[in-house]
Amino acid sequence: MGSRYNSRRPMLTFRGGVHPHESKEGTEHKPVEVLPLPARVFIPLSQHTGAPSKAVVQKGSEVKTGTLIGEPAGRISAATHASVSGTVAEITDLPHPLTGRRGPTVVIDSDGTDTPDDAIKERDYSGFANEQIVETLRLSGVVGLGGAAFPTYFKLTPPKEKPIDTLLINGCECEPFLTADHRLMLEHPAEIVEGVAIMSRVLGVKNVLIVIEDNKPDAVKVMADAASSSGFKVKKLKTKYPQGAEKQLIKAVIRREVPSGGLPMDVGCVVQNVGTALAVHDALRYNRPLYERVTTVTGPAISEPKNLRVRVGTPVKNLIDFCGGYSAEVGKLVMGGPMMGIAVSTDEVPVLKGTSGVLVLDRPATVFAEHDCIRCGRCIEACPMGLAPLRLNNLIRRGKLEQAKAEHVKDCIECGCCAFACPAKIRLVHQFKYAKSELAAMERKQ
Amino acid sequence: MSEEPKATSSTSTSASTPLFVVAASPHVRSQATVNRIMWLVVIALLPALGGSVYFFGLKSLLLVLLCVVSSVLFDALAQKALGRKITPLDGSAVITGMLLAYNLPPGVPLWLPVVGAAFATIVVKQFFGGLGHNFMNPALAARAFLMVSWPTQMTSLWLKPNGGPLSGLDAVTGATPLSLVRRASEVAPAGVDPAELIRQANSLPLLKKLFLGNVGGCLGETSALLLLIGALFLIAIRVVDWRVPAAYLGTVVVLALVLPNSHLTPWFHIFSGGIILGAFFMATDYVTVPVTAKGRIIFGIGCGVITMLIRLYGGYPEGCSYSILLMNVATPLIDRLTKPRLFGALPRAKATS
Repeated sequence: MGSRYNSRRPMLTFRGGVHPHESKEGTEHKPVEVLPLPARVFIPLSQHTGAPSKAVVQKGSEVKTGTLIGEPAGRISAATHASVSGTVAEITDLPHPLTGRRGPTVVIDSDGTDTPDDAIKERDYSGFANEQIVETLRLSGVVGLGGAAFPTYFKLTPPKEKPIDTLLINGCECEPFLTADHRLMLEHPAEIVEGVAIMSRVLGVKNVLIVIEDNKPDAVKVMADAASSSGFKVKKLKTKYPQGAEKQLIKAVIRREVPSGGLPMDVGCVVQNVGTALAVHDALRYNRPLYERVTTVTGPAISEPKNLRVRVGTPVKNLIDFCGGYSAEVGKLVMGGPMMGIAVSTDEVPVLKGTSGVLVLDRPATVFAEHDCIRCGRCIEACPMGLAPLRLNNLIRRGKLEQAKAEHVKDCIECGCCAFACPAKIRLVHQFKYAKSELAAMERKQ
Repeated sequence: MSEEPKATSSTSTSASTPLFVVAASPHVRSQATVNRIMWLVVIALLPALGGSVYFFGLKSLLLVLLCVVSSVLFDALAQKALGRKITPLDGSAVITGMLLAYNLPPGVPLWLPVVGAAFATIVVKQFFGGLGHNFMNPALAARAFLMVSWPTQMTSLWLKPNGGPLSGLDAVTGATPLSLVRRASEVAPAGVDPAELIRQANSLPLLKKLFLGNVGGCLGETSALLLLIGALFLIAIRVVDWRVPAAYLGTVVVLALVLPNSHLTPWFHIFSGGIILGAFFMATDYVTVPVTAKGRIIFGIGCGVITMLIRLYGGYPEGCSYSILLMNVATPLIDRLTKPRLFGALPRAKATS
């Protein structure tokens, strides 16, 4: 073992968490395959945290692959691009795959040629000023690809009063089943390191750590080799869910605690996902906007699990068909991983920028009978945020939302550890999501 | 566990394309279920049952069966009467029955366990809301109820264990080992120095008997060894939190060493009476003990203190079950005072250090 990435300190980790079955063996050794071009894509203008982008094309517009179709509208927003070349069939309100709320969606019929936009070409960006890099990322629609889809340019421009000294590159991929980040690290280590270099330059940060869970020793090795001349450190973390959650990651690696209600920048830290680093590289080196991503199609009810490179807006059904279809009666179709992913009712929904996986669960694994709480305390032991989920659940069920707020329900990161551990199978996360949205609505009213 | 994969009818209503189940994350769950936990505890209690049959004869098996069957029956009847879901197989009433039987003198008349089981399941458990809502351990509350209602039956109908005297000491034939704690002079036969009895009580042969279980006492509490086999199994598979018994036993050891009234070794105190049964199987009952690690340590310490105060200064020879009941009552307060530490809790100054 090289000493470059083998820390002599005890294994880095955090308090709480759970150990779900990793279930990564189905795809972790499968190289990324390219999904054939879809005939039609559905691209929601809201795929990121923040304001939706504003359409700059109309029905009938000719677009090429990578052509801007939605410009960022607001302080926190991200651009949206065509993911195939062809004609805009319509711009229509469709239910959002994750929220279910209707929102504008650009529907593009592919012409089958996949002609790239003229602006996309390799270039030397070494002379770019930091502002130019940030603007490029903003217009390239790069968002965090770990799942939350927070606009990357915004995270790279913290206010002056929040000095940043550490950049963490998240290669944990702690969600069970998912292997997209793992494959990216194995297949594109040099590009990822280059993307990291761009971000560290913009942030002016010397202390850069690429952190990977120890269930991916091959990725640790490959990334350490790729980063050897860069000065970036590669750190191995204990495999435990949710190791990849920002706050837990920061705590484990640099022993700082993001204050309650705060952000990583409050403790001088920025966290970016490895896939995001790759997207940053593509945006700068090739001026290629974010219109495709790698996602893992997996789960007990899919015939042939695969890691796929897919265009944003591709219907999930295309991915399922390419993976041999369903192998059992489908219980749940989940966008993302099993712990935090969102279950959707149909496979007609499109892949989004933040879709890290498509998980197909069979029926027996889907529905759990709820029992009364027996106060075993497993949820408290599992909660990485130091909450008392059983107590919050009681308060919320009795309608005491203000009291739940006083007991920090808003600090819940919805990681799912409590509900995973609960022997009574109580839908704890469901309750907390409900309470948080109710509280947010109450605050908006005031 | 068997009723889990229940199809919800709302999932396949659409005529053309079947819709998938939509529910909040997480979409995978651990193997642990309430029923599984309860039955594991039942399994862990079985070695001690074998011991009681060996020491006190087949009547103890009859008493246990009587307690279990009546607990399950009364539990289900109460659930039916109160309009609750009837769950005779969730294992919790079986545990209540076993623990109640383990807390009875083996010589009790057969109607006594039936009354105890009715009180435990109907009054203590179901009247307060059923499994998960009762604030006292049902078996222990029933024991306390029987103690005050039929004190003679509950404190005198001991049976001589297989191949040994009741007290474990040849000189003392009419009392259980716990009577040596403060009543050595009373139980000492004519011509035997009480100090000599204390010396024998602290000696290795008696300790060995206490550990193995061939002394008089309640049906399931005498064999520390057989109870510990089950308890360590539960701790190893993380059904039982080691903190409660550790704090409980640790406190007993310390108090046995420091309290002026204590003439017996800590080991005598731990292995006599019901402390092992109480510390590992009743002070760890999820429903009636605190939920946080800190709270459970406080709970264990409290049990140890109350047990020793009753044993050394109180009116009863044994204080284990009352200590746990009293701490059950204190549990909501302990829970309130031992909230887990919030990640990133203020003060801010510390968070950025």
